[in-house]
Amino acid sequence: MKTSSGVRRTVLAVYAIITAVVVVAAMTVSVKKATAAPDITANLTLIAPAGPGGGWDGFVREQQQAMRSAGLVGNAQVVNIPGAGGTIGLGRFTTMGDRSDTLLATGSAMTGGVLINDSPVGYDDVRPIAKIAEDYDVVIVPADSPVESIDDLLAEWSEDPKGHPWTGGSAGSLDHLVVAELALAGGLDASEITFIPKSGGGEAIQALLNGTADYAATGYNEVSDQIEAGRVRAVGVTGPERIEGTDIPTIIEQGHDVELSNWRGMLATKNVPEEEFQQQLDLLAQMRETPEWQDALERNAWADAWETGDDLDRFLDEDREKTEMLLEELGL
Amino acid sequence: MDALLSLMDGFGSALSPMNMLWVLVGCLLGTAVGVLPGLGSSMAVALLLPMTFALDPTGAFIMFAGVYFGGLFGDSTMAILMNTPGQGSAIASTFEGHKMAKSGRAPQALATAAIGAFTGGMISSILVVFLAPALASLSAVFGPAEYFALALFAFVATSSVVSDSVLKGLASLVLGLAIAVVGIDSVTGTERFTSGVPELFDGISLVTVTVAVLALGEVFRVASRLRRDPEAMVMVSSGRPFLSGREFREAIPAWLRGAGIGLPFGVVPVGGSEVPTFMAYGLERRLDKRSGRNKFGKGAIRGLAAPEAAGNATTGTAMASLLALGLPVSATAAIMLAAFQQYGLQPGPLLFDRAPDLVWGLLASFFIAMVVLLILNLPFAPLWAKLLLIPKPYLYAGITVFCALGIYATSNNIFDLGMLLGIGIVGFMMRRFDIPLAPLMIGMVLGPLAESSLRDALLSSNGDYSILVSSWITAILYVVLAGVVFLSLYGKLAQRRKERGTAMTDVDS
Repeated sequence: MKTSSGVRRTVLAVYAIITAVVVVAAMTVSVKKATAAPDITANLTLIAPAGPGGGWDGFVREQQQAMRSAGLVGNAQVVNIPGAGGTIGLGRFTTMGDRSDTLLATGSAMTGGVLINDSPVGYDDVRPIAKIAEDYDVVIVPADSPVESIDDLLAEWSEDPKGHPWTGGSAGSLDHLVVAELALAGGLDASEITFIPKSGGGEAIQALLNGTADYAATGYNEVSDQIEAGRVRAVGVTGPERIEGTDIPTIIEQGHDVELSNWRGMLATKNVPEEEFQQQLDLLAQMRETPEWQDALERNAWADAWETGDDLDRFLDEDREKTEMLLEELGL
Repeated sequence: MDALLSLMDGFGSALSPMNMLWVLVGCLLGTAVGVLPGLGSSMAVALLLPMTFALDPTGAFIMFAGVYFGGLFGDSTMAILMNTPGQGSAIASTFEGHKMAKSGRAPQALATAAIGAFTGGMISSILVVFLAPALASLSAVFGPAEYFALALFAFVATSSVVSDSVLKGLASLVLGLAIAVVGIDSVTGTERFTSGVPELFDGISLVTVTVAVLALGEVFRVASRLRRDPEAMVMVSSGRPFLSGREFREAIPAWLRGAGIGLPFGVVPVGGSEVPTFMAYGLERRLDKRSGRNKFGKGAIRGLAAPEAAGNATTGTAMASLLALGLPVSATAAIMLAAFQQYGLQPGPLLFDRAPDLVWGLLASFFIAMVVLLILNLPFAPLWAKLLLIPKPYLYAGITVFCALGIYATSNNIFDLGMLLGIGIVGFMMRRFDIPLAPLMIGMVLGPLAESSLRDALLSSNGDYSILVSSWITAILYVVLAGVVFLSLYGKLAQRRKERGTAMTDVDS
């Protein structure tokens, strides 16, 4: 079969040429990359220390999107390393060496996670770049509850602290801390709290509506529609000011010193060279200015909360102290 | 009537060429990830999440719905052919489905599964269109006390899977429960059986255990027998691609019963569609025993039809509770919730008013996805069955690769691969010593549900146990439960007496 072997030879020749072209092209590209000065924007990796669909995942993916569409980076990929309140991601990040092209998302949940899990690594093993955004918890009650304000709530709650169950996120989460700080503000013993942990705002609402819990603390952006639809009533928000576009009073303006934010930011590896750290900082600062990011803030009901340098270090210390104190009160 | 009109509008928007393309892409992708062990629809949706930035919301959600349903159609394929379920919802399908395949009825089993998934999905989609608000109120009467009663009920309903050998069955169940308690306790924050390993703080995921015990365990078993008794491994496949009229008639009631069991479960957050598939399987097995047909264990078509229908019926109503309540009842739904938030949309009571085009287009796309999936899956059943013709070493090597890939992709952690291997070896040992695998999976699914609902109920009532029987739903469940237990005990006693009677007469004669 002469013709058949002839055909085969032609096919092989074509195949060889294609392979050669691909290999040479790939080599040229990689050589080009290798010779360029260290540019963190060429191929950036953003690590979300939580599973897909979680808060950190959304935070990181919004950044990725803003950076990409504004052309700030050549390529940006998101990697999820979930587990143990973000401390597994943190642990892996600290063992990666000084990779200036890799950033890790952080936030209140990690502050809590490090403390609760007695994590061997903490903020001292990384270099915080910036706090970027934050959102606030609301305290909600079922629509048919007699409670109209934080004072009402504290009055009803203090009659029988154990008999009025709360619900919200997992044990030791920001939601739980809000309940603890509220208890302290009302002169209650935080260890007497009944807190039923749920995996999110949707489940917390269910627990309120079927009577499992009397009050809930949860992220405003998770339940804003349920508040608007009148299924639950918001009696206070944990931010320093009212959330834009709402008339929910803050707990502070109701005379109780409860202020907690669910903040989110980015971390760099500990010994990243100063020049590259500056690049990372600039990149995040530019990202923050993009219209895409502004849009993301609005969609997710996040507040801009930019803080860097010494301010950031001070904030982290305060956050850690407060979290530690509240966790201790809760006995966690 | 309003609903019907809105649905027609929905079909109008869903049937645009572009959206049809997204349905098709979603269905194909969903089927593909469903087929591969370890990759579930939740992961596919997670990987597609960035697509939300490029697509309009309707297109994206239509595609996600295709992936969600496609995953449930596809996951049974490997479960039936190779005893390696793609995701948790197909575990129950392995029990009888794989036995059908072993007895040479692989194409029929695949067709049964596809039609079952179609039936369940269709019925629940219709229900969702007309009853979404009512479903919302159903979920509000279900508190932790009701969940606990339900979990107990599910334990009893599925207990028949342990009854073949009580000791081995219980051993397997206890192992499942033991795996399920690993991790940080959600209420007190106490570490349970973690040995201080941070990777275990969040517990061992059901996906890892499913893939390890069922898929990897099977790979090890095949590998250990491959050279010893090659004949036992050969699976003949009869050429007949479709169900015979008799098989069809036999499966119909099971499809409907399965769908009936699956429907309410989509509304209550009890960890996705695994529970109803087990319950549907348990019910069919009980009915089979009672009628004296005793086909179970030999590839009973009903034992496959019911769980498949139940799984997909749950998915339909799960989408309803996501849309109407903002309540994600499964991992996939949770990621879709995140996708909604990416668009600045919040599923919940206001979504139907705020984005009616999206909601009704999405509901219409369910129907389209079902039809597309049935068309995709039915003719391909015999083709899929051809997979069995691939030489075993290559086939199972491929499965191993995908198992590892799937587990690694969800966690990005080598530790999970080690765990996969370790639990896989346990799965292999269980097969070797003839310990049933089903109770382990049931323990893992129902254990956490029973535990968390009991504790939530008691926390809520401040330690008062009477809350467990305080509502009419719990009362009914416990009465039915007592009735079932009594009847089965009575039946066993009567049988034993009869056996003793015949033994006596044997001696006499």
